[in-house]
Amino acid sequence: MSFESPLGKFLGHGSAKEGTGHFISQRLTAVALIPLTVWFVFALLGLSSLEYANVIAWVAQPLNAILLVLLLGTLLHHSQLGLQVVVEDYVHTEWLKVITLMVFKFIHIGMGVAGIYALIVISVGGMAS
Amino acid sequence: MAEFQLPPDSRVKKGKSFKAPVGATNVRRFMIYRYDPDSGNNPRLDTYEVDMDSCGPMVLDALIKIKNEVDPTLTFRRSCREGICGSCAMNIAGGNTLACTHATHDIKGNVKIYPLPHMPVVKDLVPDLTNFYAQYASIKPWLQTRTPAPPDQERLQSKEDQEKINSPSACILCACCSTSCPSYWWNSDRYLGPAALLASYRWLVDTRDEATGERLDDLEDPFRIYRCHTIMNCTNACPKDLNPAKAIAETKQMLAARRL
Repeated sequence: MSFESPLGKFLGHGSAKEGTGHFISQRLTAVALIPLTVWFVFALLGLSSLEYANVIAWVAQPLNAILLVLLLGTLLHHSQLGLQVVVEDYVHTEWLKVITLMVFKFIHIGMGVAGIYALIVISVGGMAS
Repeated sequence: MAEFQLPPDSRVKKGKSFKAPVGATNVRRFMIYRYDPDSGNNPRLDTYEVDMDSCGPMVLDALIKIKNEVDPTLTFRRSCREGICGSCAMNIAGGNTLACTHATHDIKGNVKIYPLPHMPVVKDLVPDLTNFYAQYASIKPWLQTRTPAPPDQERLQSKEDQEKINSPSACILCACCSTSCPSYWWNSDRYLGPAALLASYRWLVDTRDEATGERLDDLEDPFRIYRCHTIMNCTNACPKDLNPAKAIAETKQMLAARRL
């Protein structure tokens, strides 16, 4: 039994004073992904062969490596922002929501760090044999 | 998690049938959601055959005829019967609309009538709009100013500035838009929904209002406004041909503009 008014209930803890940053980031990453994705697809199609050594050599070129870091970072950031919205939309059990959001964020950061690490290793040619 | 299936005691069962009077030639079948929380029974879908030769053209005419002549227990809200009070909003033939302005002859086949979707049902076609009204109250739907009003006259409004609020202030708060929005279905405890956001926009673009910043501060929240994913069911549903989706998009632009 609660005598809380419907208005008091809806007002809850008030506005989070946040949300527009997320909104802008999501659109900014979406716009950035257009040229990056087009470049990536056409660059791969333009390769003479998809042999391992050939692709590694392509990745190791400075401009390609830089663009791949940008693509990876933008893609993962965009994906994280989008999945966050999906979780907030559909997961209503508070603890489950918090844990899901946390795990998703960890996975995205982990994939980003692993990807950038791989690109550095390839670029400096230090593939441990 | 969001619930995608009704709980067992809310599932709609087959209901009673009421035949058209003998000799009726122009018969339409109305299948209407019935629910009485006091009975402890599941909701059911009752079928009423109505002789359209002795019935007015709108769906509300048929509902009133059924209540008057066939089944006085049928419960629904209605008042003005001309699309200005917003009382008879319900889900007719799969879309939210006003029963009083929706013509039966525009519907093919059986006329299925349910209460507004995803709201608690008080009885039959009457939804509980308590939270909906609380959301409207939460956006402070009144003029807020610091400049005192002129002592000898009202606050003046130009024609051009009035045009900005003409459309959003034509909202009758029937709740057709909000209850058609999936985001509102899942998150109405924290998401304002299109109706309250349209009302908020009406004050945001009112040039006499001086609380635009505070109003935007109150909306700046991942749930209150940003649950809108531009699904646009709201604009589709609005029986007054208003455009809540556009109002929300413009509000998002205002929120972004003050940061850039």
